[in-house]
Amino acid sequence: MTHTVLVTGVSRHIGARVASVLAADPGISRVIGVDTVPPPSLARDGGMSLGRMEFVRVDLRSPDIAKVIATADIDTVVHMSLVSAPTRGAGRAVMKEHNVIGTMQLLGACQRSETVRRVVVRSTTAVYGSSPRDPAVFTEDLEPHDGPSHGYAKDAAEVEGYVRGFSRRRPDVTVSMLRFANFMGPGVDSPLTRYFSQPLVPTVLGFDPRLQFVHEDDAVEVLCRMALEDHPGTFNVAGAGVLLLSQCVRRAGRIPLPLPSPAFGLLGDAARRMGLVDFSPEQLKLMSHGRVVDTAKLAAELGWRPKFTTAAAFDDFLRCRR
Amino acid sequence: MTAEPARVIPITDAPSHRGAAASCEERLAGLLAFLRRRITGDYEVDEFGFDPELTDTVLLELVRPLYRHWFRVDALGLDNVPGEGGALVVANHSGTLPVDALMLHVALHDEAGRPCRMLGADLVYQLPFLSHLSRKSGHTLACREDADRLLRKGELVGVFPEGFKGVGKPFSERYKLQRFGRGGFVASAIRAGVPIVPTAIVGAEEIYPKIGDLKTLARLLGVPYIPITPFFPWLGPLGLIPLPSKWMIEFGEPIRTDDHDPADADDPIVVFNLTDQVRETIQQMLNELRLRRGHAFPPFF
Repeated sequence: MTHTVLVTGVSRHIGARVASVLAADPGISRVIGVDTVPPPSLARDGGMSLGRMEFVRVDLRSPDIAKVIATADIDTVVHMSLVSAPTRGAGRAVMKEHNVIGTMQLLGACQRSETVRRVVVRSTTAVYGSSPRDPAVFTEDLEPHDGPSHGYAKDAAEVEGYVRGFSRRRPDVTVSMLRFANFMGPGVDSPLTRYFSQPLVPTVLGFDPRLQFVHEDDAVEVLCRMALEDHPGTFNVAGAGVLLLSQCVRRAGRIPLPLPSPAFGLLGDAARRMGLVDFSPEQLKLMSHGRVVDTAKLAAELGWRPKFTTAAAFDDFLRCRR
Repeated sequence: MTAEPARVIPITDAPSHRGAAASCEERLAGLLAFLRRRITGDYEVDEFGFDPELTDTVLLELVRPLYRHWFRVDALGLDNVPGEGGALVVANHSGTLPVDALMLHVALHDEAGRPCRMLGADLVYQLPFLSHLSRKSGHTLACREDADRLLRKGELVGVFPEGFKGVGKPFSERYKLQRFGRGGFVASAIRAGVPIVPTAIVGAEEIYPKIGDLKTLARLLGVPYIPITPFFPWLGPLGLIPLPSKWMIEFGEPIRTDDHDPADADDPIVVFNLTDQVRETIQQMLNELRLRRGHAFPPFF
């Protein structure tokens, strides 16, 4: 069977890596990458080789995506165009539109399509929120006490809602939803990696959250396997083990700056206004209560565990930043 | 869903278990290695945030003097604590501040040789400092998922089913067990098929005799109660020093749950009956142990 795979969000690191791995797979006849901006290699600034991938510049918020899916006979859609932080200049409203309206347009197009057989959606463990009243370890079926109400996490929760709706309406399509822990690795540029790159790391006084990371290599492998095989369901993806924030700061050799939680919130707000991070109350909660997920379901489904533990992923990130 | 096998850290590895024969240099080298690991973050915590090394070397070390010299705790029936595998230690809760949880932790860790994973109220995890110290010493939120997960991993789980009703009850009701909630702990034990170890703690009732309650202030601050004792708040911080009552902790004969079907965990009658059985056993143990202890503040009164 020939495969034509559509990958969204290819201008960003993980998306580009997934597209290039899929493009290198002889079992796949075509890989079409879409995004609002071209991936780095096409823009000729030293990005990775994307091989046979064909790039189509599409704004996901527009109905153009339906035309791409209809004309190219796409059978697998890998949706990774979830933006975790607003780009400079564009605000939170643009980010939300991109995440939520973009997903709705894409799923709408998939629903009409007669060729799409498999949809893989990148989500995040942030949908569980962080709360002192929730269990220490989240499994996929757990309903959090207070779900996310702001920012990226709320977008992801809404995206998941639309994906669930889609899979109800098209039970013939295999839908895999992957809830990733924070990405970590040499090529990852996220609010969290920037946070750990500062000389002084602000922390919430009196709290030491448990964090989990997934290495970019493992994330790419999981996404590619999901794109090539049928694994319906929702899966948590995280490296084994847990690091406390204090451990991360010590391993990184940074100096922690404990701030009482209202001051941490004010600092975050100031950083957001300066356009440095997308600070939302969700981050304050994560930095207070942390979040750990159970990955047994993924391991049982794939018969595979991430090669990098949480600690190894973090150490690999540090090695490349030194 | 399969649980990951528990990582077993032999309790004999704990510095407190090593013979006193270790020479001065060895101890110094050990201390330096410990400091190096702590400063570089080169240690492991489990998914609940349990840091066995910190717990044994620092946190428990701080409460051991209280256990040995202040409350002179006698731990009885240690043979009833299973040496390995999951078990649920169910104890009475008292003392206004949960000092009994600390003492039970020391008794199980040092005398029964098992790390103890207690289930705490959500208030604990909302408060700064307390929340992460509690997680680092191995405890977690009292909820079904966490209890099941710990028991499946074969851990020794401690629980105080009376909760705030027990720890915050007035001095006049000392040694009277309060209601045991909805019996969620029994359901967890049945699901995991682990024994329940009924445990009586005598002595905690007298450390802060609660004779009144600042209800309005407590509501304002969002805490369950603010106690008035003969010494607090009159003496200020001095009133926070617990009275040196004589303590005894007795572990009773384990109550088996593996003769039940795991599906019985959803049968309210089975759960309530077993809950009552555990409650009555502990009440009886409390009455006997209190007689056996005699005066709370020997040799005076």
